[in-house]
Amino acid sequence: MITLGDILTLSAILFALAVAGIFLNRKNVILLLMCVELLLLAANFNFIAFARMRGDLTGQVFVFFVLTVAAAESAIGLAILVVLFRERRSINVEDLNTLKG
Amino acid sequence: MHDYLLSLLIWLPIAAGLVVLLLGERNIVAGRWISLLATLATLALCVPLWRDFNTHTAAYQFVEKAAWIPRFHAYYALGVDGISMPLIVLTALMTIPVVIAAWDVIKARPAQYYASFLIMEGLMIGVFAATDALLFYFFWEAMLIPMFLIIGIWGGPRRVYATIKFFLYTFLGSVFMLAALIYMYVKCGSYSIAAFQALPLTLTEQRWIFAAFLIAFAVKVPMWPVHTWLPDAHVEAPTGGSVILAAIMLKMGGYGFLRFALPIVPDACRHLYFLIVVLSLIAVIYIGFVALVQQDMKKLIAYSSIAHMGFVTLGVFLVYAILRNTGTTHGAAMGMDGAMVQMVSHGLISGALFLCVGVLYDRMHTRQIADYGGVVNTMPVFAGFMVLFALANTGLPGTSGFVGEFLVILASFKANFWYSALAALTLILAAAYTLWLVKRVVFGPVGNERVAKLTDLNGREFLILGALAAVVLLVGVWPAPLLKVMGPSIQHLVHQAVATKIPA
Amino acid sequence: MNPQLLIAIPLAPLVAAVIAGLVGRYIGRVGAHTITIAGVALACVLSLYMQWLIYWGHVPSFDGPVYTWLVSGGVHMQVGFLVDRLTTLMMSVVTFVSLCVHVYTIGYMRDDPGYTRFFSYISLFTFGMLMLVMANNFMQLFFGWEAVGVVSYLLIGFWYTRPSAIFANLKAFLVNRVGDLGFIIGIAALFSYTHSLSYQAAFAAAPHLAHQTLPVFGGVNALTLICICLFIGAMGKSAQVPLHVWLPDSMEGPTPISALIHAATMVTAGVFMVARMSPLFEYSSTALSFVLVIGATNALFMGILGVVNNDIKRVIAYSTLSQLGYMVAALGASAYAVGIFHLMTHACFKALLFLAAGSVIIAMHHEQDMRKMGGLGKYMPITAATCWAGALALVAFPFFSGYYSKDAIIEAVGLSHRWGSTYAYWCLLLGAYVTSLYTFRLLFMTFHGEERFRNVRAEHAGHGGHDAHGGHGVHEPRENSLVVTLPLIALAIPSVILGYLTVGKVLYGNYFGSAIMVLPRHNVLARMARDYHGPFELGLRGFLSVPFALVVAGLVTAWLFVLKRPQWADAAAVKFAWLKRILDQKYYFDWFNEQVLARLARGVGLGLWKVGDQGLIDGALVNGTAKSVGGVGGMVRRVQSGYLYSYAFWIVSGLAVLLGWFLLHA
Repeated sequence: MITLGDILTLSAILFALAVAGIFLNRKNVILLLMCVELLLLAANFNFIAFARMRGDLTGQVFVFFVLTVAAAESAIGLAILVVLFRERRSINVEDLNTLKG
Repeated sequence: MHDYLLSLLIWLPIAAGLVVLLLGERNIVAGRWISLLATLATLALCVPLWRDFNTHTAAYQFVEKAAWIPRFHAYYALGVDGISMPLIVLTALMTIPVVIAAWDVIKARPAQYYASFLIMEGLMIGVFAATDALLFYFFWEAMLIPMFLIIGIWGGPRRVYATIKFFLYTFLGSVFMLAALIYMYVKCGSYSIAAFQALPLTLTEQRWIFAAFLIAFAVKVPMWPVHTWLPDAHVEAPTGGSVILAAIMLKMGGYGFLRFALPIVPDACRHLYFLIVVLSLIAVIYIGFVALVQQDMKKLIAYSSIAHMGFVTLGVFLVYAILRNTGTTHGAAMGMDGAMVQMVSHGLISGALFLCVGVLYDRMHTRQIADYGGVVNTMPVFAGFMVLFALANTGLPGTSGFVGEFLVILASFKANFWYSALAALTLILAAAYTLWLVKRVVFGPVGNERVAKLTDLNGREFLILGALAAVVLLVGVWPAPLLKVMGPSIQHLVHQAVATKIPA
Repeated sequence: MNPQLLIAIPLAPLVAAVIAGLVGRYIGRVGAHTITIAGVALACVLSLYMQWLIYWGHVPSFDGPVYTWLVSGGVHMQVGFLVDRLTTLMMSVVTFVSLCVHVYTIGYMRDDPGYTRFFSYISLFTFGMLMLVMANNFMQLFFGWEAVGVVSYLLIGFWYTRPSAIFANLKAFLVNRVGDLGFIIGIAALFSYTHSLSYQAAFAAAPHLAHQTLPVFGGVNALTLICICLFIGAMGKSAQVPLHVWLPDSMEGPTPISALIHAATMVTAGVFMVARMSPLFEYSSTALSFVLVIGATNALFMGILGVVNNDIKRVIAYSTLSQLGYMVAALGASAYAVGIFHLMTHACFKALLFLAAGSVIIAMHHEQDMRKMGGLGKYMPITAATCWAGALALVAFPFFSGYYSKDAIIEAVGLSHRWGSTYAYWCLLLGAYVTSLYTFRLLFMTFHGEERFRNVRAEHAGHGGHDAHGGHGVHEPRENSLVVTLPLIALAIPSVILGYLTVGKVLYGNYFGSAIMVLPRHNVLARMARDYHGPFELGLRGFLSVPFALVVAGLVTAWLFVLKRPQWADAAAVKFAWLKRILDQKYYFDWFNEQVLARLARGVGLGLWKVGDQGLIDGALVNGTAKSVGGVGGMVRRVQSGYLYSYAFWIVSGLAVLLGWFLLHA
């Protein structure tokens, strides 16, 4: 039997992996995007888990919204990435600090 | 018409300003004439204001009231008494020379220039006419925007520094005032200034509110040591900006003390009057010495403004010194009368002096005293005006500059011998810095070939300087009407200022 | 007395001045001088009419308002006139001298481009002076006081292209303002007790004020403080030491105004004011002693300076200082009537001397150095004769008008028992010798002896715009035209006979009546009146008096050193070089003012500006705040690296901190 705790543990691991990916990755912007997706997925797992526990469909409906937004977001993110690559000839994260104060 | 006269005074120039702005730079000829007509019409509206003003009451007149933000009990409430009415007339009067002086001098974006001044005129009249504190605050802050633009766009080379300094200084002050106003709103549930004046406050509350008011108004006056924005702002501002700055905006500080500080927190004023008196005397003497060594004409006149405004704050707060020294308020009204007359007179004289500097600057494009010398040889008519206004600035009897200083000196002797002795030092200092300026700029042999090529006043310049000279002399020779208008309001204010508001 | 007529007296010159000043260029030179002379002549006629009314017509004096200047705090400040015997006397003197000077100016300023402006100024001056003397309240007195000061400022700087002139006028104004500082404090002090600016209220309060104490300087008598403050104003205007420094420099102005303003009228305003305020001064012996000592000091030490100067106008200016000292000393001895009497005679003979000097200056083509004159008497007989008349009046030669006034002063001070009167008496007595010395030196150097102007080859070029004659070589000096000589004659007549005619009435006939108040115990004049047996007897007595001996001694000295043995003068200058240096430096007053006071003021200003405003307020407070805000920002901005991973790190760690905080507190 898969308990609520198991699912939450899984989502926490996913979340931690994603955060670690963002922290540690210094090379590739695509990896960053993937990590962001992972963060969202971790959140989605929580939604589903709690929805099942409470027998309330609202949480699951919300996941659809999140997935849709995430898809749109990654599409835009990739588009920006393409433009960025054309501009800079690089997608190295270390080079992207134009927002430096 | 009297039911909405004040609204007309406020919104007519603002509407005209918007029209000029919409017409744009391409229709500048029309824009100019609209500006001139609007300012003249505003002054014409002051005629019924003055004529139908009841000089026997201290109550607000020409009252208007409409709901504004009902949720905060803020009203669009207007009204004038003897303190605000002369200042409204002064505002309407001093905007006209600004418009005329800019006629074909301002080449860059003239429509926006005129629009800024017209909008500012309406907002400034609003400051004096508002009887609701939130409305007052609205006008008070809104007025900064056109001034910010005027200095920032049409200013001199260091205009960015000057504008930021000006804006931060004045804004910093006003924020404290807003906090005090909100505090009192929370206590009494209304933004009406009259309600604030009736609100009982403990001494501790009064002290905090007084501190907030002091910061706001001292910056505006400006009092020593928060005066340094003024010389910078003046030096960088275009002529019109300097005129309005000196003639009207400084008066708002004095007006604030009279309208807010004295009646709302009288007990705190009585406890802390000495601070203001000392700061005022420092302004008169310290700034007098500083003005003596200035190399830049505008800076010199700016410093002279600070010294003259010292008489205003001194006159306003003399009531407490007199009360302390003699136990009565006999003579206190004279100090306040002097302060008011000094405000009006300084508005006229400093405005005229800045216009004079503007006349020279338009021709020579320098404000350095050392670049001039012997202007009288090539511009005799101008020299006549300049000497007249300079003498008025030194407080010559027969000009408006004398009246206020004389009354304040007379009243200050009742408070303390040393107050009047130190204040009277201005007789020497003002004469020294003003006439030394005149000596170096106007008199002497022709200084250089650029001076030799100067041309005398044109009709437009003659008109504005001549009109101002006439008003300066008129107020000097016959100030009675002005004093009559102010009389009851000042009397009432003296009563308010010495009554205690501490709840028993 | 008809108030409309009284208003017309000051208004006529004012209107004329305004017309000449504003539309002078349209009405032309003739128009300008016609209208101003008409205005002043009207004022003069009306003043004399008032004088006649009030003295012979026995009309009571007038004291009433004209209009309300302002009402403040229940106090009515009014512009009004007080016309009594003192006032009418001053009005007559002022308008008469002014009229003479107006006429004279036509000749003197003939070639000047500022002709109409000049007429406008002197008419304006007449207006200011009339407002001053006719005032019935302190506000108006101060108005007139400042108005004449301003016109004086404008006239000293009349030739505004001369650096020395515009230096002198600024100096005059500032020094006068120092006096005005005292004056206005005196007015304020008086006002604080009486709550009124009118003379009446002040005079009524005087006995009461004499017992009040003001808590300043450890407590001083209120009336003494008031009187001394008022007198400080008089010291500025009447050029009493140490505020005398402006008067010699004021000679930079055209000669007619030296005569009108800086000899006959404006500088005597202080004397008039003290006499007017006699009901106040009488109750303060301390203040009167102060007045006496200052006046006597001025009379002697300023006269001495006249002995070493070579500029014809400056010598007369120092003489004016000295004579003003005499008048002030008379006031200090409570002999106000004598002071005013000397003011009147002095106005005539000093204006005459100045105008005569001006006549010489015209003839010499604007040369003022007496070392370049000499022997002019035979070329300019009218000028020389009238100048002699004026000079004899000045040295108090018996039967001349100056004798009656000046001898009375010396006698009055001698009779006074006031503190300082012994010192004053000796000063005035020695002053008589000094007066005689510089006066005859001036006469001898100018009108007699060697014709030194022949040695000076035409070096007149470069004297401003006044070399319109454009000739070459040495001109024979010529007597001037009628517009110049007529005023000389008109002034010479009263210089000679005015004293003889009026001494009986003005001094010993109680002319002033209630206009001047003297306490019986101070009344030296009453004692002198006991010995008075008519002007002729008084004149004869003069030949036997000590002052006359001193005058003769002065005459002889001057004759020896100037005409007989000029080399002695040079030898004395070498032998007493230290003394000469002090005198040439005018006792170092100018040096002190320019090198110490003026520098100090500029230094203080510069220090406050650079250190106070720019250093502390702007540097430390204003820009300091901006800098510290910037510094904090500089540190904080390091957090914003621009790297996504670091932002993410901050977000997550911030989240962790917040969560932890919530968990701990939950």
